[in-house]
Amino acid sequence: MSSTALGRAEGPTRAPATDELAIETRELRKEFGRIVALAGLTMTVPRGEVFGFLGPNGAGKTTAVKLLLGLSRPSAGEGSVLGAPLGDVATRRRVGYLPELFRYQGWMTAREVLGLHCELARLPRADWDREVSGALDLVGLAQRSDDRTGTFSKGMQQRLGLGVAFLGRPELVVLDEPTSALDPVGRQDVRRIIASLRDRGVSVFLNSHLLTEVERVCDRVAIVDHGRVVAQLAMADLQREQGTRIRVSGIDGLAEHVAARYGPARVEGEWLNVDAIAEADVPALVRDLVERGGAVHAVVPMRHSLEERFMSLLGVDGPDAAKAPDAADAADAAEPASTDLKATR
Amino acid sequence: MSSLESIVIIARLTLREAFRRRLLWALVGLTIVIIALTWWGFSRIADVSPVTGPVEMLAVSQVLVMLAFMFSFVLAMTAVFAASPAIGPEIESGLLLAILARPIRRSEVLLGRWLGLAVILVGYAIVAGYLEVGAVGVATGYLPTDPAIAPLYLAGEALVLLTLAMAFSTRIASVAGGAIAVVAYGLAWMAGVMGGVGEAFNSDVLRGAGVVSRLILPSDVLWRGAAGALTPTEDVLRGGGVASPALYKFSPFSGSAPDPVWLAWCLVWIVGALAIGIVLLRRREV
Repeated sequence: MSSTALGRAEGPTRAPATDELAIETRELRKEFGRIVALAGLTMTVPRGEVFGFLGPNGAGKTTAVKLLLGLSRPSAGEGSVLGAPLGDVATRRRVGYLPELFRYQGWMTAREVLGLHCELARLPRADWDREVSGALDLVGLAQRSDDRTGTFSKGMQQRLGLGVAFLGRPELVVLDEPTSALDPVGRQDVRRIIASLRDRGVSVFLNSHLLTEVERVCDRVAIVDHGRVVAQLAMADLQREQGTRIRVSGIDGLAEHVAARYGPARVEGEWLNVDAIAEADVPALVRDLVERGGAVHAVVPMRHSLEERFMSLLGVDGPDAAKAPDAADAADAAEPASTDLKATR
Repeated sequence: MSSLESIVIIARLTLREAFRRRLLWALVGLTIVIIALTWWGFSRIADVSPVTGPVEMLAVSQVLVMLAFMFSFVLAMTAVFAASPAIGPEIESGLLLAILARPIRRSEVLLGRWLGLAVILVGYAIVAGYLEVGAVGVATGYLPTDPAIAPLYLAGEALVLLTLAMAFSTRIASVAGGAIAVVAYGLAWMAGVMGGVGEAFNSDVLRGAGVVSRLILPSDVLWRGAAGALTPTEDVLRGGGVASPALYKFSPFSGSAPDPVWLAWCLVWIVGALAIGIVLLRRREV
C-alpha cells in the first residue's frame, strides 16, 4: 500500500481539533538503554471510535500503551490523553485499562477487587454497588462474584480485568490484548461489550495481535512496526477496496484483457481476479466475458482483508488466502480461527 | 484524590491482606504461645530461686534481655519478609499495573504499603512487648529500669528494618533484598557490640566502627535502647556483684537510653530511606 493510499484512508482532510481527540502523540520515543522500543510514534485517535493498534511482536505496542497511561515516561516526544498531557494523574479517573499482564489480588473476591478499583477511581461510594454489579453482569462473572480470584481461570481473570476497566463509565478504555485468554464465547462477549462502549460514545484503544478481532470491531487502525506507525487507516475505506474473483473457462488469454477495463486483473488458474472493481460493474464484466465466449462458473465478491494489508505494510509475503472471502460470509460462519500475528515474524 | 486518602486506601488494602492471609493471626498465635512459655519458664525460675535479691534480679534481667533479643529478631525478620515482596514482585507479576493506572502516584503506593505494614509491626511490638514484660513481672516480681519504653524501642527497630526492606523492594528481587536486609541487620548488631567494646575499653577504632554502622543502619541504636530499658537499676547491678555498672551497659546483653541525637537520626534515616525508595520506584520501568 502506498503512502498516498494510506493518506486517503485517514479520512477527512480536516485534522480533528485537540478536544475531539482521545489520544494524540507526536514523535513519542522510548529507549531502554540501547534498545529503542518506540522510535517516534505519531498518531491520533478520535473520540468515540474503536481504534485498533496493531503490530508484530516487539513493535512497541505495549510500551506505547504504558506511555499513554503514564505508567512509563517517554524518552522524547509528547502526547495527550483526553486533552491532558501524558502522565497526568487526574486524567486516569476517566480512563479504564486492562493490562496485557492481568493479575488481581488472589486473596480477594471478584466483588472486592471491583470495589477496590471503585475506591481507587474515586467513584462516589453510593455508586459502588451499582458499578460493581453492573461490571459483574457485563463480563459474565455474577455467579462467581464472591469467589476468591485466586481460584479463577486465566479467562475468568481476564473477564474480571475487563470489568475493572469498565468501572465508572470511563471516557477512554485501553485494552491490551483483551481476548488473549478467552474462548470463542468470551471473544464474542468482548466484541459485544466493545460495540456497546462505542454506542455510548466511549473511545476504545484496542491493542491486539488478533487481526480478525480488530477487523470486526474497529473503526480505525494504526499499524506499528519498529516503534513507528507505518499506516493509519479507516476500516470503512479498507472494506470499500473490494475486488471480484470469477471462475471462467473457454476464453484463454482474453480474460485478463477484458477485465483490465474494470480494474487491475490477473489470472490464477481458472480464476480471474479483478481488484478495485465497483460492485455495479460486476454484471457488465460478466456479460463482456460471456460475449467473448467465456463460460462463467462462479462469481465471488472479495475484499482486501486487514491481514493482507498488514502483511503488505510489513513487507511480509502473505499466502493467497490473504484475500479473504467477503466478511459477511465469514461472519455468518462459525467463529473463525483468529489470525495470530505472533506467528508472522 | 488527596495523597493522604490514596495512602490510606493502600494501607488499608495491606492490612486486609495481612488479616486475610493470616499473617496477623499467625503472629498473635505464636505470641500467645511464647508468652505462655515465658510465664511458665520464669515461674519455674522463681520456684527454684525466689527473685528477692539483686543477684536473682540480675539473672532474671539477663534472661529477659535474651528473650527481648529473640523478640527483636522475630520482629526484624517479620518486617523484612513482609516488606521485601511489597513492591517489586507485585510490579513483575502485574498486580500493581492495574492499580498504578488509577489516579494514584507511585509514592502513595509505597507510603501506603509502608504505613500498612508499620501499623501491623508497631501494634504487634507494643502488644506483645508489654505482655512479655508483664508476664515476667507477674511470674517473678521483677521490674526492669524502664519497662514502658522497651517495646517502643523494639517497634522503632522494626520500622527501620521495614523501611530498609521496602526501599530494596523497589529495585531488588525480593529474595535478594530480604537477604541483604537480614545480613545488614546482623552486621549492624555485631558492629554495635564492637562499638560498645570500643566505648568500654576506649578504642577509637572500634568506637568509630560502631558510629559508622549506626549511621548506615541505626537499628542497633534502638536495640541498645530496648536492652537498656530492660536492664536492672545500678543499685541492683552493684548488689548483684557488677563492679562497674557503667561498663556493664556496654555488654551485648545490656544498653542504655540512646542520645536524643541518635533518636533524631533514626527518624531522619527512616524518612530519607523512604524518600530514596520513592525516587527508585518512580524511575523504575513497570
